[in-house]
Parts: sequence; structure tokens; C-alpha cells
Amino acid sequence: MRWFTRRARTPRWIRGTVALALGALALVSIADPSSSGASSSPRRPSMTEPSGIAHVSATPGPLKSLGGPPTTLPNAPRKSPEPQPPGAPTTTFPTSPQLVAQGQSLYEDGCASCHGTLLQGIHGNAPSLIGVGAGPVDFYLSTGRMPLDNPRDEPQRNAARYTREQMNALIAFITKVGGGPAAPAVNIANGDLATGFHVFVEHCAGCHQLVGRGGLVVGAHVPNLQQASALQVAEAVRMGPYLMPHFDAKQINQYQLDSLAKYVLWTRHPSNVGGWGIYNIGPIPEGMVAWFIGLLALVFVARLIGERMETR
Amino acid sequence: MTDGSEGNGPAARVGRGLGVLLALRTAWRAARREEPVGGPPPGSPPGSGGADGNGSDRDPSERTVPANPRAELLVAGLLMLAAVAGVGFILVYAIVQTNTQLLGLALGLGLLFLAAAAIVAGKFVVPQETSVEPRDVLLKEEPAEEVVEIIEAGGEGISRRGLLTVTGGLAGACVLGAAAAPIASMGPPAHLLHQTPWRRGIRFVNEDGTVYAASDISIGSFYTALPEGGNPDSLGAGILVIRLPSVWINLPPARHDWAPQGIMAFSKICPHAGCAINLYRYPLDSQTVNAPPAFTCPCHYSTFTPGDGGKLIFGPAGRELPQMPVMIDSDGNLRCAGPFDSDIGPSWWGVRRV
Amino acid sequence: MVGGAAGLKLIQRTLHRRFERGMRYTDQRMGGAPALKWLLRYVFPDHWSFLLGEIALYSFLVLIGTGIFLAVFYIPSQNQVIYHGSYALLRNQEMSEAYRSVLDITFNVPAGLLIRQAHHWAADVFIASIVLHLIRIFFTGAYRKPRDINWYIGLTMLMLAVLEGFAGYSLVDDLLSGMGLVIAYGVALSIPGIGGQLSSTIWGGQFPGTGSFFSRLEIVHVFLIPLALTALISIHLATIMRQHHSQFPGPGRRERNTVGTPMWPAYALRSIGLMLAVAGVLFLLGGLIQINPIWQWGPFHTYLSENGAQPDWYIGWLIGALRLMPNWEPVIGGYTIIPNPFWGGAFFPLVVFGIMYAWPALERKFTGDRRRHDLLDRPRDRPNRTAIGAAFFSWVVIIFAVGSTDRIFFRLHIPYTGMIHFWRIGVWVLPIVVFFITRSAARALKRSESHPLRGWQGQVVSRGPDGAVRVLEGDGNATPEIPPPVGTVPGHDYPEQKPSE
Repeated sequence: MRWFTRRARTPRWIRGTVALALGALALVSIADPSSSGASSSPRRPSMTEPSGIAHVSATPGPLKSLGGPPTTLPNAPRKSPEPQPPGAPTTTFPTSPQLVAQGQSLYEDGCASCHGTLLQGIHGNAPSLIGVGAGPVDFYLSTGRMPLDNPRDEPQRNAARYTREQMNALIAFITKVGGGPAAPAVNIANGDLATGFHVFVEHCAGCHQLVGRGGLVVGAHVPNLQQASALQVAEAVRMGPYLMPHFDAKQINQYQLDSLAKYVLWTRHPSNVGGWGIYNIGPIPEGMVAWFIGLLALVFVARLIGERMETR
Repeated sequence: MTDGSEGNGPAARVGRGLGVLLALRTAWRAARREEPVGGPPPGSPPGSGGADGNGSDRDPSERTVPANPRAELLVAGLLMLAAVAGVGFILVYAIVQTNTQLLGLALGLGLLFLAAAAIVAGKFVVPQETSVEPRDVLLKEEPAEEVVEIIEAGGEGISRRGLLTVTGGLAGACVLGAAAAPIASMGPPAHLLHQTPWRRGIRFVNEDGTVYAASDISIGSFYTALPEGGNPDSLGAGILVIRLPSVWINLPPARHDWAPQGIMAFSKICPHAGCAINLYRYPLDSQTVNAPPAFTCPCHYSTFTPGDGGKLIFGPAGRELPQMPVMIDSDGNLRCAGPFDSDIGPSWWGVRRV
Repeated sequence: MVGGAAGLKLIQRTLHRRFERGMRYTDQRMGGAPALKWLLRYVFPDHWSFLLGEIALYSFLVLIGTGIFLAVFYIPSQNQVIYHGSYALLRNQEMSEAYRSVLDITFNVPAGLLIRQAHHWAADVFIASIVLHLIRIFFTGAYRKPRDINWYIGLTMLMLAVLEGFAGYSLVDDLLSGMGLVIAYGVALSIPGIGGQLSSTIWGGQFPGTGSFFSRLEIVHVFLIPLALTALISIHLATIMRQHHSQFPGPGRRERNTVGTPMWPAYALRSIGLMLAVAGVLFLLGGLIQINPIWQWGPFHTYLSENGAQPDWYIGWLIGALRLMPNWEPVIGGYTIIPNPFWGGAFFPLVVFGIMYAWPALERKFTGDRRRHDLLDRPRDRPNRTAIGAAFFSWVVIIFAVGSTDRIFFRLHIPYTGMIHFWRIGVWVLPIVVFFITRSAARALKRSESHPLRGWQGQVVSRGPDGAVRVLEGDGNATPEIPPPVGTVPGHDYPEQKPSE
């Protein structure tokens, strides 16, 4: 025990510190909902929209529906298609004949096997894309949820399979053939964090957790939102991807949407004035810290104080 | 972790977790290993010696005076560091005030330096002593008997011992009961638990007080409504309002007119333990996702299908989600058409069930 | 130099005289010198695991100190007010005065957040150290006569501590704590027969209750339970001092003595060191690691909730039980006999504590061992007890872990419903497996006498079939080959079953 008079061996306090550090490391790895995956993730979310899109127009403009009116299968109740209300800003994606042609070939390679060559969908396999509009297509492609290897899988966030230009091409093709409403637009500069938090608590926290750390709904995975861009938030709110409900402008108006997106971006770096935020998911990591950092450190002190059972 | 699996199967995650645990265990072993330092090793088996499982009968008492100037110097140094940290805390407190990290660091380190000084002093500066202290025999027969005798002697000369015991017990119980009775003024009788602020004709409003019209309710979304003019924080106040297409609606015959235009209302309070149900799933595409629209309580994940009138499909809740009939008035606004079909809130002995 | 030394000597002499005079002063009035002498010479056996209870004790002191500071600022009121304070994200929100007062402690009171976080960490560590202490007591058999009363007192304190912690974080009235409180309301309601009236009485009506509910909870949190804990801690310590600490077997250590370090001076300094270390670690945690960031949760309203809501760790076993329970809710004659939350929220903890309360008596009954024990067992020397304990604790720990299955689902993508269905069976099967594994491991260790963490460090004395005594030496890593024991090894005081009384 005379640790400072004996030099030959590694002092116990060093070994203890190493053990504590490793304990903390293990905590990071075990408890973190976003660290290991996110840090090794090839793509970091950026606060700004990818260039090449996000041309926001405040004029509603009549919706062009080249593929005829949106159809719903009789036994497939869908969420009501949500055209942007008059006056709401929309995001316009670039389009040109070349893009449409490029999009068509990409579509035939990557999407047609499930969604059908005419966007009509294949019963029991994938829904029709007629009338969905630009928002859902951009959302599913830019979050890497599509294309899906197995149509029965739950689409989950992933590295985007297409470049921005390819996505624009697909959007151009699908909206040209299938029509549908324009994508929503969002401008976080118009939003207010307090409003965003309030709206988030009321409509989103039930599934996504208060700081957007995700969770579960029976039957599906609720993603964390730290990688979502503002536009993706808006698209998801208006569309309701997978099992998520959607929220129209009567429920979440444009100002509230801007605020909501601002809050979601804020959750990437929430206000952790208390110190290390331990992932902002509440008591589970707190309990781990109490046991494996707090109590472990104190047991280590107790080991220094109390002599071992000895038989000298 | 991300919401995508990114090439990491569950197996890889489990493997990584196990690896971490293994590393932890190794580190823990390294930290705990007591290298043999001469002398016989600790932990000799009890089988190696005489009675009481000890090695020898040699008296283990010893007293050594360390007289260790280096240790004294170390203690003094630690005390100085503690003093510095203490001053640091006061400075941070006076100047920065609300920087919790600096405050905690200064105070925590100050205390830890003091702790280190005390421990080093306790182990290496003051005399180290191993001494032997005998243990008392706890039960001493004579005094114990005397106590019983003394107590019993107090009853000497009393002839109606039984009568006094019975009346004394009765009086004690009654007076204690009287003293405890005011506890009842803490709360009203339990039958008030049946109450909700909803009455027939009350309109649905949102959190800001705006009245919900039937046209506000769209398929695939969910709405939290409160009673107009009612206390929003009352347990029965919050309701979930949704609109379902007819294919999903399969209400019991008695409730056939409870969902005009497919608009339905349910208590927002889970009938299991009372949490607010704030999860609604509605498939974007019902062909590829085999999941009917459902409410899930985020506390214990009881899941109810509104189309069947709030039937439980998973989780611990012991009864259905209470449903409230809806009507649409001439202005197109939503109103309560009658009481819930069962009591809202967690179950209890007298709860009204469907 | 010489003058300095002389001066020091003078100071020392003066101090000595002062000290003597002070001692006489108090002794003439209190007569406490013999008791003080006894206390100063009180012997503490040396083993680190005897300090776990002290960690709990010192955490409790930190809790009281920080708690007094917080109580000075807290307002126990459910009145709804509009927030205009310094945290931008909550501005203009309607919230209770209680929640606003804790926001003010957090953001406006200098060092308020540090104290609040240290208080919360102290609560988490307090209960964790009690549990670790309990595990140590159990597996070394330290609850046996004459310490069974102290075992009961300790269990009572653990229950009170859990209640105290729950009451503490419920006072804040943030969204997370409100969700916990409504579950507590559901559990109180679920008590057969009396639940409705009981919860109506506690809350002053239906949840969230009358305006006085937080005053009631505050009295419980800052007065009633701390008072009860203080009284029980005093009895706990007085009993220990009366009986003296138990000790592990070793040279010179017998049932009838204690061998170790006397209180003064070495042990007192070490114990003070531990106290300061507890405070230091708790304040370091309080300053550096965020706990219960209530500003991120927002105010509670009955119609709000969030996904992944969790209680503090010491309530986690109850949420696990609530989630695991199938949806049984028997109804007879229109009355709901046993509402579902009763099973997980009330029955399960009653069973766990009931078993622990009953254990010393059960063990006495089954082993017939009614003797006084002051020497501790090593866990391996009692394979049956160790195995039963391991199985029991694994049962509780599994249910505890089920309480976080939603995060496990999120992290590992194992379907939640599948996990629940699996563990509804597994929670009964796995402890049995643990029982047999632990028992055979304990027996193997007992045979080999190697330490599971330190490797082989001893020597084995064994008597072969021929009756000759042999000493086997280990090489520091491996255990020597040991012939199976024949009969009783002389001096071996660890009878496996039914010692002859």
C-alpha cells in the first residue's frame, strides 16, 4: 500500500484511473444513441441545405399533374395528400428535359422493380408514386431511406445512395410523370426556438423524445433527428413517412414549421449548461454514470483506505 | 447510433458491446490485482490453520510510528492544493457566478485534495496500529431476567388485570382512531374519480383555445383536443381526435354513430398507469406495412387500435382505451356527444369498465 | 532556527494545556471521558468492503447539505404562471410555480445548478451504495445473528431512500417527473380495495390533485423521510458499535474479538478522507456531468408525454415490471379486483423486499444455525446461499434491464414486442440457470482456493487418502492440482449444511 514509496510497480491509482477511463469509454459506447454510429458515419449532417436545390418560391402556382389526378387504391387508405395552402412557400427543384431523361433511366434502374415502370406501384410491394409530389421523393432519397433492398424492410435513415444531381433528376422525372404537390419550404431564420420547442413537445416528443433522440413506437423505429436537415423535417411533417402521422398547415402553420425545424436543428447541440450532456436521453445514462463512474470511483477510494483481508 | 444500420448488423453491435465489456473486465482486473509483495500471500485457505479459521494464534497487535517526512510533505502539499482550489471556488463564484463546470471543478478538486491529505495522513503519517478488542457477550442472563421482574412487579396488587388490559386496549384504539380521523380531510371520497370535464355539447378546442371544426381533422394525423372552458390539466380533459377512412372502422354496433365522417375521439390518458398517449402510427402505405392505425402509450407501450373502438393489441393495459362519442354541430364544429364509454385514467377497484 | 523550534515547543505545550483544561471542563459536566475513550479505541476491521455503508452515510450528509440549500429556493406550488425568465426556449410558456422555481435555481441562483446537480448525483450514488452494501452484507452472511435487526433496519432505509428519491425528483414538476408521478398515482389507485380512496386522499382528489399536493410531497421529502432516515441511521450505527463490526476470518481473528485499526487516529483520518472524497466526487459529477436537465424537458401537463421516458435508476426495476406484466386485470362482480399496475408497481417490490426481510429467518430455519456469528463467510464457502442470492439478484436485475428495453430496441434493433415476450419467460428461466452456474462455480472455487480475479495466490493444505498432510504451492497463476478432499480438513470451520448446534 505504500504506493508513493514503491516505484517498481505501476501505482494502483494509475491503474484505477485507467480503469475509470475505460469505464467512461464503455459508457460512451454503450449508452450513446448517436455516438459510435454517427461518428463513424460517412456523412455528417450539415446545417445548411445542399446546394443545387432549395429554390424557395412564395408563389403557390397551380399544381401541374401530368399523370392525371392522384389515385388511391380502394383498400389502401392513405394520408390525405397535402397540397401547400395558398401563400405557403414551396421548394422548387430544378428541372429540365435532360434531368427528366436522366431521372427516367435512374428510375428504371433503381425504382421501377418495386414501384412499377409507370409509377403505378405494385400491389403488396410498393406504393404508387403518382401524385405524391416532390417532397416525399426528396425526403426518401436524401435520407437514404430509398432505394430499399427488401421492400418489406422498414426504411431507415442511411447514407444517400444518389448524388444531389441524381436526386434532382429523379424528382424531376417523378413529378413530371406523376404530378403532385410541390415540396414544402422552410426558413429557420423566420422561426423562433421557444415556439419550436412548444410545437415539438405537443406534436413530436411523444414519438421522437423531447430532445429528438428517437425511440420506438410498437411496430416501428422512431429515428433520432440530429441528422435531419430543416427541409427534411418540413417534408416529413407534411408527408408523414412510414408510420408517422402527418401534420397539415391547419395544425402546424408555416411559422410553426419554421420554428419546429429551428428547434430540431438546435437539438444537435442542445443547451447543456450542466456539463457533459450524456446524450440527453434522461436517466438511463445517468444511472450508469452514478454506478460506473461515481460509485466505482468511491469504491476505488475505499480500496485505498481499507486494507485488504490479509493473513500476515 | 444512427437510425440506419449502416452495414452494422445487430451481431456486430453485440460483438462490439462484448468487446467493450471484456476490455472493462481486463482493466478492472489490472486495477485490482494485488501483486505479491513478499510475505505470505493473502487469502490463505481457512483449512490451513487452527480454530476460527485463522493461521496462527500469534497476537496480531502491533503499533508502528511511520515517521515519514516525505509523507508529511505530501500531506502539506495536498492541503495547499486544497486551499488553492477553495480560493478558486470563491473567485469563480464571485466573478463568473454561473459557470457550473468551473464551480464544480474547483469545489470537487478542493474536497478531493483534502480527502487525499486525510487519507495519506491516516495511512502514512500518524501511528499505524492494529489492535484487538474483545467482543461483548450481548445476552447477559441476569439483567435480562431482572428487567422482566421489574416490569412485572409494577402490576403487583392489581386484581382485575384482564379488565384493565381490555378497556385500556379499547380506549387506546378509539382515541388513536379519533386522532387519525382528520387524515380523511386530505382528500374527497373516491367516487369523484369518475368525473371528467366533458359534458354533451362541449366543443373541442386546441391548446390555444381555437375550436376544432370537422374539416380541420385530416386522415393520417392526430389532434389533441381539450374541453372548451374546462380545466386543461384535469386528468380527463385531454382527448385524441382522429379521422379514419371507413375501411379501418370496425366499431361495436352500439357505437355505430360515435364517429361521424370517420372522426373519433378517445381519452388521451392511458387506462394502464395514466400517462398521456402521444404516439399515433398511421401507415403511409397500408399495403406494404402490416400495421393498422394505433395509439401507443410511451410509458409502458400499451397499444390500442382506434378503429376497433380502442381495443388493446399489445402491452400491459387491462382494459380498452375509453372512447367518447363525437357530434358535428350545424357550424361544422366538433362537440362532445356524451360521456366516455368507461372511466378515464388508471384502473381502480370501482372503475367503470366497458 | 533554534528560536523557531523553541517557539513551536511552546505552542505545543500551550495547546496541550488548553486541551487538558477543555477535557476537564466537559467531563465535570458530562462525565463523558470513559465513553470517549471507548470510542477512540473502537476497532475497525480492515477491509474495503466495510466502507460501502460509509459511502452511503456520507452521501446522505451531502444530500442534507445540498438539500437545505435547494429548499430555501423551492416553491411547492401548482399555480400556473407564465415564464419570463432567462431560459429563452421556455419563455411565455405556462408552467407551475414549482417548475419555475427550479428553473430559477438552475439559471439564476449563483451555484444553484451545481448544488442541484450534486444533490441529484448524491441521491443516485446514495442508493447505489446502499444496494452494493446490501449485496456485500448478503453474500458474506453479515446479516446473521446478532445483525439481523440491523439487516431489517437497512432494508427499511433502502425502501425509504427509494421513496425519498422519487419524491425528490417528482417535486420539480417537469414533463418527465410528471409522467413518473402519474404512474405513481396509477400504482396507488391499483391497490386492491383501498386504492381509490388512498390516492384520492394523497392527491386531494383526482390526479394532478389539489393545489396543496406539492406542499404535501415537499413535507414528505424534506422532513418526514429525512427524519426517519436520520433516526434509523442512528440506530443502525449504534447497533454496529454495540456489536462491533463483523470481520473476515484471519490470523488472530475470532468470533469473540475484533482485529483492526482503532478509531484514533488512523481510522478517523481515513474515514474523514472518505467523507471528503464522497463529497468531492459528487461535486465533480455535479459540475461536470449534466443530470436531469429539466429545462430540456419542459413543463408538465396531463395531456403531454414523451417517448423513452425513464425514471431514475432506482425506480427502473418497477418500470421494467410494469412493462413486462401481461395485461391481466381480473374483474369480479363489476369490481376490478386487481388493477394491472398493482402487479409491477406494488406487488413486485413487496415480494422483493418481503423475501429479503424474511431471509435471515428462512436461513435459520433451513440450516438450523441459530448461533451468533461475528466472523464472515466467503461467498464460495456457502455455495447454496451464494447461488440463491445470485439467482434472486439476477431476477431483479433482468426485470430492471427490461425497463430499458425501449433503448435496447433503439440501439440494437431487436424488436420490442419480441423482447417483451421473450423475457416474460426468460425472467423465470434465467435465474434458475444462474443458480446452477453460481453454485458449481462456488464449489469449484472452494475446492481450488483460487481467487476469481487475482488468480492463485495461496497454498493448499490437503490431506490425502493416506491421511498424510501435504502442502501444495501455486506458481502465481495456476492453481495446483488438488486431490479431492477427504473428510473434514482439520480446523475447517465452514460446514456446508446443518452445523451441529
